[in-house]
Amino acid sequence: MATAPSLAHDTRFGLDRGVTLPGPFALESGQTLAALDIGYETYGALNADASNAVLVCHALTGDQHVASIHPRTGKPGWWSRLVGDGKPVDPARHFIVCANVLGGCSGSSGPGSIDPATGDRYAMAFPVITIRDMVRAQAALLDHLGVGVLQAIVGGSMGGMLALDWAVALPDRVRSVVGVATAARHSAQNIAFHEVGRQAIMADPAWAAGAYAADAPPSAGLAVARMAAHITYLSEEGLTAKFGRRLQNRAALGFGFDAEFQVESYLRHQGLAFVERFDANSYLYITRALDYFDLAAPHDGVLAKAFAGTKTRFAIISFTSDWLYPTAESKRVVRALNAAGAAVSFVELESPHGHDAFLLDAPEMNRVIDGFLRAGT
Amino acid sequence: MTLRADLAAVADAVPSGARVLDIGCGDGALLAYLRDTKAVDARGIDVSAANVASAVARGLSVVQGDADADLADYPADAFDMAILSDTLQAMRAPATVLGELLRIARRAVVSFPNFGHWRVRASLALGGRMPVTPTLPVSWHETANIHLCTVDDFRATAGELGLRIEQATFLGNGVRRGPGLANLLAEQAVFVLARR
Repeated sequence: MATAPSLAHDTRFGLDRGVTLPGPFALESGQTLAALDIGYETYGALNADASNAVLVCHALTGDQHVASIHPRTGKPGWWSRLVGDGKPVDPARHFIVCANVLGGCSGSSGPGSIDPATGDRYAMAFPVITIRDMVRAQAALLDHLGVGVLQAIVGGSMGGMLALDWAVALPDRVRSVVGVATAARHSAQNIAFHEVGRQAIMADPAWAAGAYAADAPPSAGLAVARMAAHITYLSEEGLTAKFGRRLQNRAALGFGFDAEFQVESYLRHQGLAFVERFDANSYLYITRALDYFDLAAPHDGVLAKAFAGTKTRFAIISFTSDWLYPTAESKRVVRALNAAGAAVSFVELESPHGHDAFLLDAPEMNRVIDGFLRAGT
Repeated sequence: MTLRADLAAVADAVPSGARVLDIGCGDGALLAYLRDTKAVDARGIDVSAANVASAVARGLSVVQGDADADLADYPADAFDMAILSDTLQAMRAPATVLGELLRIARRAVVSFPNFGHWRVRASLALGGRMPVTPTLPVSWHETANIHLCTVDDFRATAGELGLRIEQATFLGNGVRRGPGLANLLAEQAVFVLARR
């Protein structure tokens, strides 16, 4: 294991970092990667006994820029409401790590990486990866950074699944887990929506069985995938409040197929903006990893067994209008943790914003996470 | 920190270092007190998201849930002591909940307002109105209390459920009082139950 950071100029630490860890890196599928690229960022400093490390895990289309300006979009970090100076996850107190997941397209090994065997991009030759593989890649990064045991892992959506999987796979390395708007498995409905997205990408002729050129991606397919997925991140209540049946830049129906309704225009914009920052093949691989996720599967479907004997503390948070990973899935996790005798906290917070609530202004969420993290120190 | 008299009576029944589940723990005041003064392993359940948020912010392990529905999640003998403080009378199925308490914990401490108190009786008998008293401060149409009972009712139900009363403490005017004529003179009762 590498030594703890002591020098401010240690190039392992800071914003927009990248590292290539030597392989072979074994995957759950039985395949291996010759080496492991990881794009990541760190905030704050590791304390003397390396006890203040917090790993933040991003969602399906997130990245390592959790609390810094995104280098491509210029937007604030995706969880800067929770992570940053004076926030519950605070660089003044915590050594914060956020890494692009394995399979991603923001500096970590994925289908857009170069296959050393061919010298070309992997594309669909990239092995299918799992949430557990992503966790092991994060663990390899933490080894490189000199972090043994994490004070906490905090994640929302897919990031919450990574956090839960950490507690199952590497229980001795994580003292507490915060899982927000998440689940311990992908439901049939979750898989169904992902399959719509994948088929939209694959139906785009530009996809070319994954072998598209970097400057000619299947933008139309990926945009449709994003549009369908984006609906699942909102709520009917939220859509109605924001758009209703209002028309976009017109006073009357146009009897055509332009984006006449505001909601159509909004979704098209979401789709177009997404293709600027995300790779279609990465979308296929990461959604596949999510669909494979089921923490109870190796335990005869009994989720409590996955957490048996755990010493990790858990805080599980859901939102009333989230129908992608609804409260029922969080309660299933909480029931299993109770049955396992784990120290678990759970709260369902009111929000009209659907699944996206965890990324928006949520003072109660911040209050709960702040108290939970402070109690663990 | 000073606890309300009924909470202090509940706290006195909890041994140091016990594994404790407080059902209807509110904002966690009692649990935090027990954690800080008796080093208990403190867990809680409360139905209100705001209460849970406050309790978790105190560093407690508390889940949002409903005692009527969610006690079944806990394995048998998971706790040394279950606490049901001023909550029994708001349960849909109090007898079932009492049974569940003594399944998941070896002992239970249960406190409730005594509906047999003379002021309650007087309000009904003489005033002809549902009582509004210091321990029952909310009017009949707004109260969460749907299953009120007297001290004698509780003793009888505990007997019918096969539960042993190990200890009983009574309060009136915010202070402890003796067991004499408790069904008439106690405003609140705190019972420690065990399996027979």
